[in-house]
Amino acid sequence: MAESAFAALREAGLELSDVDGLFAASMTMGAMGVVELAEYLNLKPNYLDGTNIGGSSFVAHVSHAAAAINAGMCDVALIVYGSTAASNSMAIGTGGRHGSRSVGESFVAPYGMTTVGSYAMYAQRHMNRYGTTPEQLAEIAVATRHHASLNPNAKMRTPITTDDVLSSRVISSPLHLLDCCIISDGGGAIVVTSVERARDLALEPVLVLGSGEAVSHQEIGSPDLLTIAAKQSGDRAFAMAGVGRDDIDMAMIYDSFTITVLATLENLGFCKPGEGGDFVSGGRISLGGDLPINTDGGGLSSNHPGMRGIFLVVEAVRQLRGEAGPRQVNDTKLALVHGTGGTIGDKHSGATLVLGTE
Amino acid sequence: MSDSTSEIKHPSPHASWESRGYWEGAGRGELVLQRCSQCETVQHKPRGVCVSCMGGAIDHFVASGRGTVYTYTVTNQNQASGFADAVPYVMAYIDLAEGPRLLANIVGCDPETVSIGMDVVVDFVKTDRDDGESFAVPVFKAA
Repeated sequence: MAESAFAALREAGLELSDVDGLFAASMTMGAMGVVELAEYLNLKPNYLDGTNIGGSSFVAHVSHAAAAINAGMCDVALIVYGSTAASNSMAIGTGGRHGSRSVGESFVAPYGMTTVGSYAMYAQRHMNRYGTTPEQLAEIAVATRHHASLNPNAKMRTPITTDDVLSSRVISSPLHLLDCCIISDGGGAIVVTSVERARDLALEPVLVLGSGEAVSHQEIGSPDLLTIAAKQSGDRAFAMAGVGRDDIDMAMIYDSFTITVLATLENLGFCKPGEGGDFVSGGRISLGGDLPINTDGGGLSSNHPGMRGIFLVVEAVRQLRGEAGPRQVNDTKLALVHGTGGTIGDKHSGATLVLGTE
Repeated sequence: MSDSTSEIKHPSPHASWESRGYWEGAGRGELVLQRCSQCETVQHKPRGVCVSCMGGAIDHFVASGRGTVYTYTVTNQNQASGFADAVPYVMAYIDLAEGPRLLANIVGCDPETVSIGMDVVVDFVKTDRDDGESFAVPVFKAA
C-alpha cells in the first residue's frame, strides 16, 4: 500500500505533506484501518473516509473525494488499497461463509454459499431465461487474457481459447475455473484534487464527469436477481456526465467472474437485458472492437487481491492519458468504470464513474 | 453422480429475536414465515419491522413448504468445514408458493436432475447444538 501511495504521489509531483484527505479499505485492514494507514504513512489528514462497500469501494472513494474537495473539506485526497491475498493463501471465492451472527447470514451460511456459487446461480438463471451460452461467457475470459498478454504487470499472460475455458473444471455450475478471477497480491493508489490544483501538477488531469452508487438485492437474490446495482448507479453516472453509452471509448468493468462482466454491461445499458451474450461475442470487447474492456487483463488474468476496484480506475486513467503502450485504445476521451462489491447473486454494491479528458 | 448432499454438515444457524420464530418453527418441522399485520405483505428474511409499510406488528404463520426452483448451482469446490467433503452439492433459490424467495440445498436426488422451474417441497435437517435449542435447517427435495 505504501509503495503504491508514494508512487502515485511522485507521479503527480506531490509531497506527503500535501495530502490532507485519506481514503482506504482492504480485506486485511481492521475497522480502524484508515487510521493505522495514516499513522504508517506519516500523514496528517484533515479528512478520513474508510468506506468499505466491497471491491467497488475505491470507485466510490473517487466520487467521495471529489465531493469532499468541492465542499472544501480537503484539497489533495489519496486513495489507497493493498492486499496480500495470494501470499496469505486466502480462499476468496470458495471459502464458504461463517462467523457472522447477523440475521441475514444465518439464512446463507448453513447452505454452503460461496462467492462463486452466488454468481453461478445468476449465470444459470441468465442462461435459462435468455439462452446465454458457456461459449459466450468464455469469450470474455479469452478477450481479457489477450489484454493481459500485452500487460507486463499481469499475472496470467499466456493466451487461452474458448476451448481452454470450457474444458477447465467446473467450480460451481455453470462456471468453470477460467470463468473465475485469479487470486493475487497487489496494491494501488489514486490522487484526487481540484481541477485548479491539478493544472499546476506534473501530469494532465483526468476529470470525474459523473458518478453513482447503489445497493441491490437481499441475501436471497430478491427482488429481481438479474437487475443489479449497476443499473441504478450507471443511470445516475451517465445522467450526471451528460453523455450516452455510445460516447464511451473503453470500459473497466469489475470482472470477478465472466458473468459479472455480462451482467454489468447489460445493466449499464450498453445492450438490452438478455443481449449480453451477443454483445461480448465477435471481438467487440477486445482491443480494436467497439468497446474494449478491461485492457489491463482484469481480475480474470491480471490481478485480483480481493477488492479490485482501484485497478479499474488506475487503468482507465492510463488509457485516458494515452500511457497504455501496446494495449492502448486509440483516441480514448471517455472511459466508464464500474465496480461491484459483494456478490451480484445476493446483496451487493455498485459504483460507477464516467471519466474524461475534457 | 453420487447423491452426496446428505453428507453436508450444516453450520448451526444463529437465532436473533427477529428470526427466532423461523428457526424454532424449523425445529418443529414447520416452515414459518412473517406476514405484516397491517399491509399483509409476506417477507423473508425475518425482520423486526415490515419494510414494505414500516409497520411494527409482524405475525408468523406456517407456510405450505412448497415452491419452485428459481435458479441453482451444483458446487464442486468449497473449502469450508461441513462442505469440503460434501461436494458436489446443490444450492438453489426457491420461490415459495407464498411469494418470498429463499436459499436452500436441494437434497435426495442426483444433482444433474435439478432444473429451473422444478417443483420442490421442504424437508428439515436437525442441527447438532450444545445450547439446548432445537433448531433444524430447512432443505428441499423434489415434490
